[in-house]
Amino acid sequence: MSKTIDAQLVRHIGKLSRIELTDAQVETFAGQLAGILDYFDKLQELDTTGVEPMAHAVEIHNALAEDKPQPSLSPEAALANAPQRDGDFFKVPKVIEDS
Amino acid sequence: MTNITDLTAVELAKAIAAGQCTAVEATAGYLAAIEARDGTVRAYNEVLAPRAMEQAQAVDAARSAGSKLGPLAGVPLALKDVLCTAYGRTTCSSKILANFRAPYTATAVERLEAAGAIILGKVNMDEFAMGSSTENSGFGPTANPWDTSRVPGGSSGGSAAAVAARMAAGSLGSDTGGSVRQPAAFCGVVGLKPTYGRVSRFGLVAYGSSLDQIGPITHDVADAALLLGVIAGADSRDSTCLDQPVGDYLADIDKPLEGLRIGWPSEFFSEALDGEINAALHQAAEVYRSLGARIVEVTLPHSRIDKDAAGKFSSFAVACYYIVAMAEASSNLARYDGVHYGHRTEQEVGDIIELYSKSRAEGFGAEVKRRIMLGAYTLSAGYYDAYYNKALKVRRLIKNDFDQAFGACDVLLCPTAPTTAFRLGEKTADPLTMYLEDIYTISVNLAGLPGLSLPAGLSKAGLPIGMQLIGPVFSEAALLRAGRMYEKASGISRLAPPMARS
Repeated sequence: MSKTIDAQLVRHIGKLSRIELTDAQVETFAGQLAGILDYFDKLQELDTTGVEPMAHAVEIHNALAEDKPQPSLSPEAALANAPQRDGDFFKVPKVIEDS
Repeated sequence: MTNITDLTAVELAKAIAAGQCTAVEATAGYLAAIEARDGTVRAYNEVLAPRAMEQAQAVDAARSAGSKLGPLAGVPLALKDVLCTAYGRTTCSSKILANFRAPYTATAVERLEAAGAIILGKVNMDEFAMGSSTENSGFGPTANPWDTSRVPGGSSGGSAAAVAARMAAGSLGSDTGGSVRQPAAFCGVVGLKPTYGRVSRFGLVAYGSSLDQIGPITHDVADAALLLGVIAGADSRDSTCLDQPVGDYLADIDKPLEGLRIGWPSEFFSEALDGEINAALHQAAEVYRSLGARIVEVTLPHSRIDKDAAGKFSSFAVACYYIVAMAEASSNLARYDGVHYGHRTEQEVGDIIELYSKSRAEGFGAEVKRRIMLGAYTLSAGYYDAYYNKALKVRRLIKNDFDQAFGACDVLLCPTAPTTAFRLGEKTADPLTMYLEDIYTISVNLAGLPGLSLPAGLSKAGLPIGMQLIGPVFSEAALLRAGRMYEKASGISRLAPPMARS
């Protein structure tokens, strides 16, 4: 069974992933993603009826800690790597449309 | 005394504590080795020379003052650039973090420094730990010190190459699917992936959070025991780090294990395995037999390697692993958005989504993009059950196989990788070929087990061969002792590549 991953689907996945793709990348990725997804289909050979999914290697349910404030980053340390800042804020392009 | 950079970490710490040499001499020796060889090997992303020398002076001053020294006092180490340090840069070998300065230091690194270790610098890796050759680094590949036309393995290629080339007395790497063990095998050094939850992941930049674990890469098994003892143990800043007692792994390291039962997973010795590695593993089994161990055949059916009609190899474990790892990666790497830190596009953008999409397009390399996109796809509505949920069920089957096997044996003996180090560029065209590098290592991460890779000789071409020992959860003490038995009996240890022979 061979997966068809067309350009439109690759662009859609790119959008989901917030990664802009060039036309050349769309073409390369379409072939590569199809090949990898084909490989993933190997798991369909296995009967997993009644098998409990295992999300974690060590099954920890709750890790409880005392409800006590711990030191956290100062605004200066948190903002030190900001690509653009405005006082104590991270600055981004306008997100909300003018009304 | 022999060349200071030929000592193991255990020997060097002893020599410094005894006043036979100083931490400044050791650090200067390693900085000189980096100066001499790293132009060829390219293991270091950043050398922190002035800071390292200051640390060394502090160790020497503490010794002169008669203060008690830590177990790693004066031992110069390298850190995979995926471990956050509040000094220098933390880049994950990605353009998106090229200038990132972490605001805090990883717990494992804090513990090394508290034990007196000197941090020489940050070393190269596959971008965000995604790869098996270090060729996915955003800053160019690292070369294998044994043959500079070959890869050092990955993703902790810089960590393994730095130790092999005597440019660090030891290092830390991270292992999500084999990223400590496979480069250790390719470079002829020792690599330990501890039990999931043995070492805090706080400050380890996340790739696949249910699989990632920090581990040491060292000259011999005793050094791995020394480093593990320092970095292991509970940490309130990582809730998956378990509160299990940390043994003195070094104290009993030279005591052989009585009545050792070695499991031999026959599925792993198929035609997917290089003939010379197969022979070396059979020889290793003989060494264990001569030490009184019993070899028991066991079976790991869901980790087996199949060959299809076209002659291509495939494995349930590889498929399962890549689905889980990519799903977790797509979620973990959503944080690189050009807003809080990291690269932001300089192109004009109309809105915030465009800012994200252009910044990520410019900052991430091709393999990282593939994994994020596949992860997003397998988690999307309509595919979640067929891929992600299915993989989680297969993950349990893989783990059950190990539980079963450990009913009949104490440790498993198998290869670390199907081949010795391959040539730079040999496997970059087809991502799937590269993924098959991990066939012997990934099941261990899926099941959360500890795995140790150690040298098992050299191939006819003069390239290191790696063997792997796998134990049940939290069996590091026994695993290391089993490794030590082989290392001492075989005499295959502390292999130096020609470029680092004095």
